[in-house]
Formats: sequence, C-alpha cells, structure tokens
Amino acid sequence: MIEEALDYIAEVKDAVKRFLAPEGGAITALDGISLEIQQSQFVTLLGPSGCGKTTLLRAISGFEELDSGEVRIGGELVTGVPPYRRPVNTVFQNYALFPHLSVSGNIGYGLEVAGVPRKERDRRVGEALERVGLAGFDLRKPAQLSGGQQQRVALARAIINQPKLLLLDEPLSALDRNLRQSMQLELKSLQHDLGICFLFVTHDQEEALTMSDQVIVLNQGQIEQIGPPEAHYHQPATRFVAEFIGDGTLFSGEIQNTIENPILVTKDGLSIAVGVGPKVGDKATLIIRPEQLNIAPENPDDSMVILDAVLEQSVFQGATRRYVCQLANGTSISAAPTESGDQAFSRVKPGEPVRLAYRRSAPHVIIET
Amino acid sequence: MIGKRESRRLAALLIPGTLFLGIFFMGPLAVMIVFSFLEPGLYGGVEWNFYHLNYGRILGWADAEWEKFDPVYAEIFFRSVRLALTNVAITLLICYPAALWVSGLTTRWRTIVVFLITLPFFVSLVVRLFCWVLILRPSGFLNSTLLGLGLISEPIDIIYTETAVLIGMAYILLPFMFLPLYASIEKLDHSLVEASSDLGASPYQTFLRVILPMTLPGIAAGAVLVFIPSLGNFIVPDLLGGAKVLMIGNLVEQQFLSARNWPFGSALSVMIMLVMLLLIIFFLRRIGRSEIVK
Repeated sequence: MIEEALDYIAEVKDAVKRFLAPEGGAITALDGISLEIQQSQFVTLLGPSGCGKTTLLRAISGFEELDSGEVRIGGELVTGVPPYRRPVNTVFQNYALFPHLSVSGNIGYGLEVAGVPRKERDRRVGEALERVGLAGFDLRKPAQLSGGQQQRVALARAIINQPKLLLLDEPLSALDRNLRQSMQLELKSLQHDLGICFLFVTHDQEEALTMSDQVIVLNQGQIEQIGPPEAHYHQPATRFVAEFIGDGTLFSGEIQNTIENPILVTKDGLSIAVGVGPKVGDKATLIIRPEQLNIAPENPDDSMVILDAVLEQSVFQGATRRYVCQLANGTSISAAPTESGDQAFSRVKPGEPVRLAYRRSAPHVIIET
Repeated sequence: MIGKRESRRLAALLIPGTLFLGIFFMGPLAVMIVFSFLEPGLYGGVEWNFYHLNYGRILGWADAEWEKFDPVYAEIFFRSVRLALTNVAITLLICYPAALWVSGLTTRWRTIVVFLITLPFFVSLVVRLFCWVLILRPSGFLNSTLLGLGLISEPIDIIYTETAVLIGMAYILLPFMFLPLYASIEKLDHSLVEASSDLGASPYQTFLRVILPMTLPGIAAGAVLVFIPSLGNFIVPDLLGGAKVLMIGNLVEQQFLSARNWPFGSALSVMIMLVMLLLIIFFLRRIGRSEIVK
C-alpha cells in the first residue's frame, strides 16, 4: 500500500492522437503529451475548445485509442483495455443519465452490473444519495430533476464504484452562474472528503483556478504549463497562458540595457522598465495585471514605474471598478485598484490624463527562448 | 397556447381525412358487423333476420343443417396467430442486428441502405412472390443448387409448407420491422452507451440494460406493423402455402368469393379484428408497464 501511495495514479507518456478532418487532412488532437497525476489531487485540464483536452480524457477513460504513446492507471498499462475494465469513472458533459432508470437505478448501475448483492447496493446507493444531498429523490426519473440535481446524480453514479480516478468532462458548463459557483465548491470539498483523484476538464479559467491543486494548460494538443493555479496566474510560462488565464496587458519586445534597470522596448517604440532577471538582448513579454496598477503618488519612489495614459471609461464590476485607459501609443490597459486606489481614480474623469504606476518587481516577465 | 379560434381552424385540417375514413372505412366496417349477425341468403346476399350461428360455427354452438360447427375454423385461427407471432420473431431477429449495424454507418451510407430496404416496394408484391415460387419449388433454384452441390440427394419439400409461408411473409414484411427499429436505434443517445461502458458494463450487459430498453418503442411499433398484416394475409399462403397451409385470410376470401357466404365471412373478419385488438392492447400495456417498473 505504501508503495502504491508513492506511485502516480495516472501517467500519460508521449500521447499522440490524430483525427481525419471531414474536409480531408488530419487534425492533431494530442501532439506528444506527457503528464503524471498524483494521488488524491484535484487536477484540471484547461484549454480553449479544440485544444485536445477532451481527447486526452477519453484516452484515459478508454473511449479513444492513442495512435502512439501510452496511458498507465495505477501503474498498469491500459493500452487495449476497454473502458468497462478500467478503474476510472466519468461524469459526462451532458450527464448521460439513463432516462429509463430511476435516480437510484442510475446510481446503483455500476454496482448492479458488477453483481453487488441488492442489500449492499441499496445501502451504498443510500449513502451516495446522502452525500450529494439528494436523499428522498431515489424513485424519481432523471426527467423529473433540475439541471443541478441531474448533475448530482451523475456525480453520485460515478463515485459509487470508488474509482482510482474520477474524470469530469466540463460537467458544470450547462449550469447557470450561481449554481456553477456553489457546485465548484461542493466538488472541491467532495474531492477532499473522498480522497479520490479528480481530473476535471474545462475551458473556464475561473473554474480551474477556483478548484484545482494542479492546472494543466493545453493548447493545440500540447502542454503549455503544469503547476498550481497561483503559478499560472503569477508566473505564466508562455504568452498563451498569460493571455488565457486572468486579465492583463501584454507588452512584447526586446530587452535593452540602460544605466540602471533593464528596459523592454516594444516594436512600436514604447519603453517600459522591468524588474531584474532578463538579460540584454532577450526577447521578452511583460504582463501587467489590472490589480497591479494604481494612480501614481505625488512623489513616486525608485521602485515605481510610471505610465502616462488617458482614462477612457470606468466600468462598475461589483466588488471593484475597472478603469480602462489608453497609453500614448494607443495600447489599451486596465486598472482594477483596491479601495484606497479607487478613491484616487474616482477623481479622474473620462478623457482626462492619468499617471499610472506599478511596482517594478510586480509584473511577471516571460523570456522567450 | 393555441387559442380557441386557432384550434378550430386547425381542426378543419382533419375534415378531408375524417370524411374519407368515415365513408370508406367506418361505413363498410359497420356494414360488416351488421352482416355478421344476419342469415346468409341461399344464393348469396343476406336475409334480414337476426342470426347468431355464424359465430356458432366458429366457436362451437351451431346445430343447424347448413351451419355445422367445425373445429377446423378454430384450428385455422390458431395457426394464423401462431404464424403471425413467429413471423414477428423472425423479422425482429433479422432486423435488430441489421438496424444496429446501419445506425453505425456514415450518413451517406445510411441513406443508401435505407433506400435499398424500401426498394422492393417498387415491384409488385405478386411478382415478387412468384419469384419465391420459382426459387422454392422442387425443380427450383434452391433445390437445383443444393442438388448440384451434392448436399441433398432428392429435392426437399419447401413450397406449400408452413416454412414457405413464413419465408414469404418474413420477406414481404421485413421493411415494416426494419424502419421503426432503425428510427428508434438511430435516435439512441450514444453517450448512454458510453456511460454504461464507463460504469463497468460489458457490451452484452450494455445491450440488455440500456440499448434494448431504450429501443423498446421501436420494437413495439415494428411488432404491431408486422403482426397485423401477417395475421390477415392471404396472398402469401395462397401462393406459397397452396391448399395445405390455409390461413384465416384465405378463409375469409373463400367465404366472400367462392362460397358467397357473406355473413360467415363477416363473422370471421370480426373475429380477426377482436383477436388483433386484444393481443395489441395486451402487448402495448405490457411494454408500457415494464417501462414504468424499470
């Protein structure tokens, strides 16, 4: 048991999968993906539609065979093993509940086909219903349930077999915003309670950041970055990740040296000071997040970088206000200051000049190799 | 919501259909039911006296000189029901796997296959059945092939047997089973099949627990569409069953055309309708209930 705990629950090695496009030619859904998933973690596969995340999930559940590469679940190679013999279960995007079976019939399906005796089955179905908060709904048909309730049935049905790995294929995308947010927290605590590893597929970055221990960002069949959500936000590895996760303004250019600090010079001639790290001649991208920007104080100290801009409009967003500004070269840049900074901003009217400031060391710089 | 005015206007669309069926279906049906309780005329036609012995002849209480009870009618009745049910089973066993296969093809091939299945309707039924006579008769295609291959030493008797009748009926009614089955199998949400497999069900378990129950309505529709024409069929037993395999349809035909006993023919027809009605009500209620229980 101890040995198993040290192993990865799932490993994918050099996975390649191509599909024939209807208009001829091949689409590469997975382009040499390798990753490991550790025990009892909440892992999210994040990427835009068509990035290969669903294909990767289906390769693990067994509904797609890889063209090359291998998948291991619990240390065992599963190439050629049909889905019904793999120790994983899936929560499908459209839930795929059996319309002819009741709620308890749906939840107990996995136990029934495995030949679990009726008494134990009833007990475990009861437990699962309790766990997802649907006690008393056992005799209803799926059609008599709301979207959120169907979602819970799908979840209970998938965890009742106690899979080594639970795969979730965009299960929250059909729910409205409020329900989605509460389900996110519920899923997170369910994963914590069960100790089963969850592999969650989504295109919603907010969902990924909220729930995950590890986020894997996919783009065009390749992995862009693997790491905890904080790393994706604060230290994006690539321009794609920086654009996909969180808001912010990106400046790409070349680092040039001056007397004191490195300066990033963009193609259209803008010069921005950056923190220590990049070397002269590096091609780099600077990401300034809205919350890093404030109005410059009267006497800025050395650690501040000043950007001259014009306020275009201010947008109410509930907790914060967003101030959309324009730099001299036409680049649009947003600031979402905290309470004290907000007061300074509120004195500026749209169309008036504004001096924006951020700490030099705050924005992340991606050095392109 | 459809307003009262609107619904009245929509109801007007039913007028042609209602008129047609009222005049040409309900009318003759009423005449038939009335005739079945009248006395047969000596040279055909009817005498307008109430007369229950038409039914007595079939069910066993006739004692009049002309209308003797004969168990052969009941025998023909049961044979017809048995052959019709067998035919439902045969067509179901042939069409279900075929429909499963077709539903897995690409859209283009599916259209082609469905067209091919309806293709026999372009040729007259009688012509197609005569082809079967040519195939099945002692010197026909089947026997000469088997003889030529040395598999049999003398021709086997297929034509003018129940087997021949079943072959013919299954052949002409296959599309009526295939099309409703195909329609319901094609509608089946494939993600349900995947969900079943994902939860650990083998392909066989998935078929029994998901695919079969989900396509039950198609099976029911196909069964009804095959059972009804099978039970009343008289062309197939006439051509392929000869005089040996008489079915209820032949009996009715004989009573109207040869024996010119309209009341008795009507009584037989009413009996067919009653049996069909009872069997179908029983059958549909069984399916309806099994769906609720599950």
